[in-house]
Amino acid sequence: MDIYAFVLLAVLAIASALGMILNKNTINSALLLVVNMVSIAGIYLLLQAQFLALIQILVYAGAIMVLFLFVIMLLNVDEEQSLLDGFRVKYFLAFLLGVIIFGQILYSLGGVTDMLPEISPEMITVGTVEAVGDVLYTDFLYAFELTAILLTAAVVGALMIAQYKVKDSEGTE
Amino acid sequence: MIGIDWYLALSAILFTIGIIGVLIRRNAIVIFMCVELMLNAVNLSLLTFSAYHGDISGQILVFFSLAVAAAEAVVGLAIIISIFRNNLSVDITKVNLLRW
Repeated sequence: MDIYAFVLLAVLAIASALGMILNKNTINSALLLVVNMVSIAGIYLLLQAQFLALIQILVYAGAIMVLFLFVIMLLNVDEEQSLLDGFRVKYFLAFLLGVIIFGQILYSLGGVTDMLPEISPEMITVGTVEAVGDVLYTDFLYAFELTAILLTAAVVGALMIAQYKVKDSEGTE
Repeated sequence: MIGIDWYLALSAILFTIGIIGVLIRRNAIVIFMCVELMLNAVNLSLLTFSAYHGDISGQILVFFSLAVAAAEAVVGLAIIISIFRNNLSVDITKVNLLRW
């Protein structure tokens, strides 16, 4: 049962990722990325991380992708370059670099694959909301508060960068 | 039960697709989405190791990584809007102010 769910979700994730980078329409790319995020959330569920699967759907597939779609529609960038014109050498080099990096990761993976442990049985209780919150508000409390500061700084910075400064006819602010 | 290497292989494949996407696309928004894809791939491998060790710390790291990804998305999209306002395009080959 597990293996069928994993294969389904993995194929869905890889196919939607490939569709994302090969699609000409930016909005289609964003929607395919949503499919990718949701299938990765399903894989999180297979790994017994219920809380993070929920957060993945809420934050990534919900908030961040809505922000992306909002910006895409705000900028109205639907005139897309045709993907496969021009620099053939560039695409070849890009695929070559990708294959090299993939081979490197798989090679380093293959070296340790016999030593890796099986899924641990206490994982049933480790990934729940209760367990995550328990550790988050005791051991990692300072990091959690720093995250709040980081998010505030990011919002203020985004406002500073993106706000439209209206200049009057004299050229002053 | 599925072995740990399947999850790590999936993570590696998604990361590679993200790299290739960053290299071949010219639309800044799509490049940004590919960066999100790579972040997701790394999160998946962190979560895999967390699950197979029975250790919660990996999940906490993924949680913070999600928060940083949200902040990064906000600032990055603001930069993209700013770029679009300056030269009416999100094609990164047209952003050549610092190129010599």
